[in-house]
Amino acid sequence: MEKRGNKKIGNIKGFSIQFMPYSEIKNLDSTSRIKKILGIVLGNEILILQGRLLPQEETRLIEDTMAMIDYTDGFKGIELAVISGDNQENFFSKITKNIANALIGSDLTSITIIGPATIVKEIKKDPKKIELFLNK
Amino acid sequence: MEIKILTNFFRRILNNIFNNKKEIKLGFYGPPNAGKTSLVNRICKDFTGEELGTVSKIPHETRKVQFKEKVEIDYKGKKMTFKMIDTPGIATKIDYEEFLKYKMSKKEAKERAKEATQGVIESIKWLDDMDIVVVVLDATENPYNQVNITIIGNLVARKIPVLVVANKIDIKKADVKKIEAAFPEYEVVGISAKFGNNLEEFYESLFKLSKKSKG
Repeated sequence: MEKRGNKKIGNIKGFSIQFMPYSEIKNLDSTSRIKKILGIVLGNEILILQGRLLPQEETRLIEDTMAMIDYTDGFKGIELAVISGDNQENFFSKITKNIANALIGSDLTSITIIGPATIVKEIKKDPKKIELFLNK
Repeated sequence: MEIKILTNFFRRILNNIFNNKKEIKLGFYGPPNAGKTSLVNRICKDFTGEELGTVSKIPHETRKVQFKEKVEIDYKGKKMTFKMIDTPGIATKIDYEEFLKYKMSKKEAKERAKEATQGVIESIKWLDDMDIVVVVLDATENPYNQVNITIIGNLVARKIPVLVVANKIDIKKADVKKIEAAFPEYEVVGISAKFGNNLEEFYESLFKLSKKSKG
């Protein structure tokens, strides 16, 4: 057991992080995007995606995740967070002005983090920082 | 011919009366254990004398969409009729082992988890049917949870008017200002559904919001 400052660093069994540039999903339809993302998460990897999904894609991701919990042994769902260069207010007004499709998908100042709940215990987000807590 | 004109005339009058009394479909959305059912129960009890669903400390107590029709809310002499729709809490993960902490058998916990996952899917499916939505958040929790942002983002995309409720203000660590800071574009009303605190302001905001409804 190592110590750094006052915090103990436990033995984490091992996990891998995959970074995906937006270009990887840019030309995919929503179904294929969700399928690709869930495929990575089901492979026990944490995905860091450049950009963000549309709100409708996020709910679709949640729906498909719920269905996967029912059908996949040991899968308990996902942890999800988006950090954005934009503030929340701007994000909602872009959706209101119906320019979401044009701007949000390609909002490359955003980063989406998606991890399997078995590995990622919690993603704590304050507007200016994000903390990833892993399961021991 | 005359009969036909008369029939149309009465139909128009009846339609007008019906439309004025039209129910507004009012959805209650939010993460699990934020107090959606407690708030719905409080409103239903006040205006119909009956509660809608059971509440519990165990997350995912509401696992099916439940509704009560023709709930007439009378506030300061104004009346509006709502269809109250209480939805299961939306989550991104459900672990049956969490339920074992509440003295449940493994079989019961697994069954509850299965029903909870289906409840989340059902909640999302119902989004399209709402005229207005009250997003109920637990004021003692971090509002920057992605589920909250996803729910509001979806309502905005569907052009459904939203009121944010910061529930549990009776608890000391409740922070309504933090919720206001997280959603500055929305009116946030701090309430305690459990004790009925600040419901006047809630009804005021609800009536204001109802006027924006397309329904």
